[in-house]
Amino acid sequence: MSTAETPVTQVEKKQKKKTVQWGDDPKIGFVEALYLPAIAGGIATALKHAFFKKRSTAQYPEQKPEMPPNYRGVHRLNRDEEGRVKCVACYMCQTACPANCIEIIAAPAPQDDPKWANRDKFPATFTIDELRCIYCGMCEEACPVDAIELTSIYDLTGMSRQEMIFDKEKLLSVFDETSKAGLDPVRTNRGALGPASEKSLQSADSPPPPGRGKHG
Amino acid sequence: MNWYEIWTELWPTLIAIGIILAVVPVVGLYATFVERKLAAAVQDRLGPNRVGPFGMFQAIADGIKIFLKEQIIPSHVHTFVYMLAPCISLMTAMFALVVLPYGPTPVNYDGGLRFVVMPGLDISLLIMFAISSLSAYGIILGGWASNNKYSLYGAIRSCAQFISYEIPMGLSVIGVILVAGSMNIETIVASQSSGDGISGWNLWWQPLALVIFFTSALAETNRLPFDLPECEQELVGGFHTEYGGIKFVLFFLAEYTHVVTVSFLTTLLFFGGWHFPGVPSEVTASYGILALQMLVLLVKVCGVVCFIMLLRWALPRFRFDQLMGLAWKGLIPLAMLNLVFLAVIESLEWHRWPLAVLSVVLFVAAGYWSAWQSQSFVRKASVA
Ligand code: SF4
Ligand code: SF4
Repeated sequence: MSTAETPVTQVEKKQKKKTVQWGDDPKIGFVEALYLPAIAGGIATALKHAFFKKRSTAQYPEQKPEMPPNYRGVHRLNRDEEGRVKCVACYMCQTACPANCIEIIAAPAPQDDPKWANRDKFPATFTIDELRCIYCGMCEEACPVDAIELTSIYDLTGMSRQEMIFDKEKLLSVFDETSKAGLDPVRTNRGALGPASEKSLQSADSPPPPGRGKHG
Repeated sequence: MNWYEIWTELWPTLIAIGIILAVVPVVGLYATFVERKLAAAVQDRLGPNRVGPFGMFQAIADGIKIFLKEQIIPSHVHTFVYMLAPCISLMTAMFALVVLPYGPTPVNYDGGLRFVVMPGLDISLLIMFAISSLSAYGIILGGWASNNKYSLYGAIRSCAQFISYEIPMGLSVIGVILVAGSMNIETIVASQSSGDGISGWNLWWQPLALVIFFTSALAETNRLPFDLPECEQELVGGFHTEYGGIKFVLFFLAEYTHVVTVSFLTTLLFFGGWHFPGVPSEVTASYGILALQMLVLLVKVCGVVCFIMLLRWALPRFRFDQLMGLAWKGLIPLAMLNLVFLAVIESLEWHRWPLAVLSVVLFVAAGYWSAWQSQSFVRKASVA
């Protein structure tokens, strides 16, 4: 077939012609070709930084960084106004956790104790494997009563793996510590908590729990 | 010759050797510390500052750590050569120091305390270059024995780099030798003395030779911007990929010894050695003056070492073709032209100032030439 090429093939050919492109070395002028001015410039920059710039090193153990309040660090288990663990053992967090690191064993709330009269269930044990956790925050999003929260504590260390599996007591103590130190996560105070956590469900005349700030 | 005479001949040599053996590792360790501090300063950091005051003992801590490391010999290496390579590397690097005066040394040495292992050697500069080029062996053997292609690449690159940069280095030094009329380092230093202590330095008369020498010497030390034999981005670790612990440190120490050697050579050949305004230029027996001269020399050397370390953070790395291009298309022709004109000027026995003019003219001409070449360069290859 010796007919004229269709416009399409012409376009294709043009495009094909452009597929190989040479990257030429940039043309250099006289001053660049001397090398030394550029070298002097480099040294000047280095010296400027060495002598006139502020050091940006943070001397870590002495000088702690300030974490943003929405940082997702170690978990805490919140207490309600009466000092009970707020968790109602609904297993939402355990189900939501993508890392499978929460383990809860629920138990019926002690009915003979008047303190627990208005509660059906409570967690008999509540453990979080802090080493397995990926600090995604899904658990606190899932929790209907805002019982579990991620604090801005970041320097989590331990001597053994066993030590890093936090049980209920430990998680509650994290709450006590952070709320005392005024380090509540922002999410605590943002005022958009789940309905189960609304104040009206709880006794109206008890003092607001520590750390409930604006919302309480 | 009785024993007493042998002893009087021997003790200054033994002392000089002892000083080198004792000081080189310490200098190597502390050079890493200084380099880290300097790098930190350039990058707005603080650098090591935990071990001892200002982190001074960091170097010692590093040394202890490295000595206590497990010795791992990979199963795929040629064990004997693999073990031999770092030793050769360090040995040649240290061996080059035997002709290097690390303190004021008179031209006509006749007994007594001295600061060089082999004084009065007529060809000390030649020996220096001969031995320091041997250090390529260590790297090549190490790269080959590692039985790893990245190591071999590093070694081959190093070899090519060595061969290329030996030439401009030698050519640029010949100018200095011609002017001094000797290959003896002590004589070259003495030839740079002058009444005011500073105007005699080769730096003022042969700046181009200094630039060429320093560039090629830097390339010989395998340091940035010429560290292609070991660049992490391309070759893992280059020739020392398979080395760890003390064997790696030997390579490392060899590199730093090279840096120190190069700094000494630059100082001795171009920066007037122990000459300085206000310091007597004659090497006498007075200890006070000797100490002063030694101080001058060491301060100059430290300055050059710091400059080399600073360059590392000031310049980007060369590409390998640029590296070769710089040596073969830039430095070698320049050094050769410089040498020819310099020989002519020297043989006419004029004053020395035309030498300085010559350097500047050649340098500017080279700049024009390469700019013109770059501007008029058109790639001929057509698109397939
Ligand atoms: S932060 Fe994420 S991974 Fe950690 S416990 Fe909560 S849901 Fe699981
Ligand atoms: S989601 Fe909240 S209430 Fe439910 S088990 Fe987890 S912490 Fe307890």
